[in-house]
Amino acid sequence: MPEQHATDLLIVGAGPAGIAAAVAAHDGKQRITILDDNPQPGGQIWRGEAQTPSDTAAAEWLKRVRATNAQFIHGARIFAQTDDGALLAEMTNGETLSLRYQKLILATGARERFLPFPGWTLPNVFGAGGLQALVKGGLSIAGKRVVVAGTGPLLLAVAAYLKKRGAAVLLLAEQAPFTKLIGFGLQVARSVSKFKQALELKGQLRGVPQRFDCWPLAAHGEGKLARVTLRQGARTFDLACDYLACGFHLVPNVELAALLGCAVRDGCVAVDEFQQSAVAGVYCAGESTGIGGVEVALIEGQIAGLAASDRHHDARPLFAARAKAQRFAGALNRAVALRDELKQLPQADTLVCRCEDVSFERLQTQPEWRAAKLHTRCGMGPCQGRVCGPAVEYLFGWQSASVRPPAFPASIGSLAQVAASSSSNSGD
Amino acid sequence: MPNAVTLSINGQPWRVPAESTVAAAVLLSGVTTFRRSVTGEARAPLCGMGICYECRVTVNGQAHARSCQIVCAEGMEVRTDA
Repeated sequence: MPEQHATDLLIVGAGPAGIAAAVAAHDGKQRITILDDNPQPGGQIWRGEAQTPSDTAAAEWLKRVRATNAQFIHGARIFAQTDDGALLAEMTNGETLSLRYQKLILATGARERFLPFPGWTLPNVFGAGGLQALVKGGLSIAGKRVVVAGTGPLLLAVAAYLKKRGAAVLLLAEQAPFTKLIGFGLQVARSVSKFKQALELKGQLRGVPQRFDCWPLAAHGEGKLARVTLRQGARTFDLACDYLACGFHLVPNVELAALLGCAVRDGCVAVDEFQQSAVAGVYCAGESTGIGGVEVALIEGQIAGLAASDRHHDARPLFAARAKAQRFAGALNRAVALRDELKQLPQADTLVCRCEDVSFERLQTQPEWRAAKLHTRCGMGPCQGRVCGPAVEYLFGWQSASVRPPAFPASIGSLAQVAASSSSNSGD
Repeated sequence: MPNAVTLSINGQPWRVPAESTVAAAVLLSGVTTFRRSVTGEARAPLCGMGICYECRVTVNGQAHARSCQIVCAEGMEVRTDA
């Protein structure tokens, strides 16, 4: 028998949205559980803040959530639904956890978008946030030569963080043109708090060369990365480096929501004004409803937490702040939209699917995603298309197919629990 | 090293700060190849957050463990698959 856990409000994701939801929902009466697959709370953006706080907002929200009765379960990942209000999670130690809830808030966040280019599978080529996560996880970066490339505000934060930890950041390459970012910059200047943040970041990035209209063409090395070829305008140049931190903005994690039957539109979980999904009693907050950053996540989390606790009138006053933060996020997302030239990055033999080693060439003959999966096994490996899915969507315009359980690769023991739990529920 | 733990990486003892992830510990030990792809390519962590499955290693006999989401513990035995 798997371990059982029953709660009134289950929150999946211990990042800003999940934490804010728990704080808002706390009334001392209902049982609140926050489940996360990471070993610590904070999500990707506040990773490590629980141990050594450096971010005042993170410290404040973590303090607030600790003052609630919310129970944290770490190292658990949901892979199947067995019934309405019943989910199964697999723990890091391989054991299965059976969860029952009345209301559910999904705060599953986002992942980086990766684009394939020659050499991107070489060891020491990381996602931008990926390298930051590894450094936060104990990897020493002091004295290492790092190239940070791709697109989006995460690159700035990562470059500043790595520099602070002693890395030699050789270059920050942003694919978006400077002119596009100027328009966004003007919007930043209108918001005092954002402007202050931007100036702080600029100060932290002093000494880091930045180029716009610039992106990686290839990574080279024998068995591991040795140098990167980049392009700016008509010019190409090489940089010898130890690490390449490369990401192309973010993609919402909608797989669990889709598995539970929530509607997904344009790659984001569709929600109403109270953050409720198409499934009654299932709410969604933060990046999985659209890439909006920490501010949107905190507001949406609070609205979801209040609405899930039937305190809708308390949620309404937050609507204006949410709309403002979402407008800002929308402008940012447009400013860092991917340019078409990046579709030329993969060569015939460049692997697009890293799990099944499927080359770009083999995908070019496929008519759509489902056929590609069936004929090449692209997206059929352990990551279940989480890495190659957004890439093929950008490269070929293929929309990802439906999600099936298990939502993550699970052990035979865990899968056996799905059958056992489902049959006991149906009375067989 | 205060608050350090000792684990074994491919049979070699390694002392790392407590709270380090196994992925960070493997990289610190100088190992850059965590696994071999289906066609034999060297692979290592990409996402650092448990979605890419490129950081898989064997931890205490448990194969396919995602090293970026596991915190090092005293006496842990880690084997890379390459």
